[in-house]
Amino acid sequence: MPIKLEQVDFVYAGGSPFERAALKGINLSFLDGEFVGIIGQTGSGKSTLVQMLNGLLKPTRGTVTVNGLVTTAKGVKLKSLRQEVGLVFQFAEYQLFAETVAADVAFGPENQGVPASEIAERVDQALLNVGLPLEIKERSPFELSGGQMRRVAIAGVLAMNPKVLILDEPTAGLDPRGRDEILSRIRELHRQRGITVILVSHSMEDVARLVDRLVVIHGGQIVYDATPREVFAHGSSLKTYGLGVPQATEVLGLLKAKGWAVPEVALTLDEARQAIVRAYQLRRELA
Amino acid sequence: MSMMQQITLGQYLPGKSVVHRLDPRTKLLMAFGFIMVLFIITAGWVEYGILGLAALLIIYTAKLPLGMVLRGLRPILIILSLTIVLHIFSTRTGTLLFRLWFLEVYSGGVNQGFLLAARLVLLVLSTSVLTLTTSPIALTDAIEFVLKPFKRIGLPAHELAMMMTIALRFIPTLIEEAERIMKAQLARGADFESGGLIKRAKSLLPLLVPLFISAFRRADELAMAMEARCYRGGDGRTKFKVLRYTKLDFYAWTCFVAVSALAFYVSYAL
Repeated sequence: MPIKLEQVDFVYAGGSPFERAALKGINLSFLDGEFVGIIGQTGSGKSTLVQMLNGLLKPTRGTVTVNGLVTTAKGVKLKSLRQEVGLVFQFAEYQLFAETVAADVAFGPENQGVPASEIAERVDQALLNVGLPLEIKERSPFELSGGQMRRVAIAGVLAMNPKVLILDEPTAGLDPRGRDEILSRIRELHRQRGITVILVSHSMEDVARLVDRLVVIHGGQIVYDATPREVFAHGSSLKTYGLGVPQATEVLGLLKAKGWAVPEVALTLDEARQAIVRAYQLRRELA
Repeated sequence: MSMMQQITLGQYLPGKSVVHRLDPRTKLLMAFGFIMVLFIITAGWVEYGILGLAALLIIYTAKLPLGMVLRGLRPILIILSLTIVLHIFSTRTGTLLFRLWFLEVYSGGVNQGFLLAARLVLLVLSTSVLTLTTSPIALTDAIEFVLKPFKRIGLPAHELAMMMTIALRFIPTLIEEAERIMKAQLARGADFESGGLIKRAKSLLPLLVPLFISAFRRADELAMAMEARCYRGGDGRTKFKVLRYTKLDFYAWTCFVAVSALAFYVSYAL
């Protein structure tokens, strides 16, 4: 399910006084099995970009090609495309509607025309995948806690067995534990099933820890598209985009400014710790 | 753009023209006054010509695109054509113009039909100009002011205005929300368009249930936030944006009185 965007522009409310360009000349492609992070300020066009990837929004100019299908082509079956590219929206718990958790998770596969016997199986699997106990299946989704509702909503997309999973800020507003759990589940899914995962996030720590490739978007344009390590080496320019670097990198930067022999970037706390210990030992030896 | 964003209520067009800067009370009362004058004066081409010219002048000074103003006439197109057709065939005054089988068309009917249509057009134009140049919030303030005298007979003027303000405030929010939920369900393979009536109504459930739940949640939160800030109705409440008449309003009223007087003069004295 490779996805390719070529020279994509997107304009909201075109032709009216409220016209606003959300994306400008985007060239981007996602390969099978990648784990890609997208970061950018609020209003930078991240959410618009991900909605292009399953045909919910169509480019004003340029083309989006998903698995060889151009979303703007006439007579293209967007419904089948959307089953392959699962999109979990921001605050996904607000889309829950059914009387029971099971019925809500089954909504996607039902729309796909999956046979009933298989649906039950998929619902169980999806709930387990997001770390929910199967006992809650018959409960109303509205009785659950916010974090549980979010997981049910993610399960609703997972149950469709998408080949590409897009998550738009899946952890916004969750407590740290809920956040870590959801993210590690997603990473597991990525490793086990080899699905492509595209993660939109505000958290530099999360993307640093998880993704193989990081896309930075600012003012509707792509400013960086590289590994997290390469991107976070541009700390000062990231700050001008209203973003930052992971705290681990931040600490190394401060030490480096004081003359310590540490690398510029550390993606995880562990990595930073090791680098600092090494630099400390080096200083001791020199002294 | 999506269909949702095209549904606008009271389609306010922000601007800085003289008409935009008038006090909303002036504009509201003038729109009322204009309609009154329209109905009191005798129907005639000269009279309507004067009022129509005045309306065009206002549209011009407000820098409103004429196309946008005329688009406001679209909903009454059917009523307009019906008015004209019915009058043409039912009024039997003046000279016989032509006969079509059993239908007879008289000059009086044609005249009457078009005059009444002109009256309807002017009626709608005056209210469109009002809503196009006045923000919904300013308009509610004006309505509250106009309703105040009726408080004595138990009309909750402030509460009504507050309800309107809140409703207006939340229309875009709910539209946005509806659009978001719709997209989320589309992403899960929902189909809002195909199928028979029952299937289509049923397919709306995944949209309506979350929308209602979020509307109730928002109402709850808003009530709580208002109470937390000691809201307790209109008594003794001062305004952040105090409405003030300016010289502009004085000039506007002068023009209004002059035009109305002219129309009355033409209508009754000539």
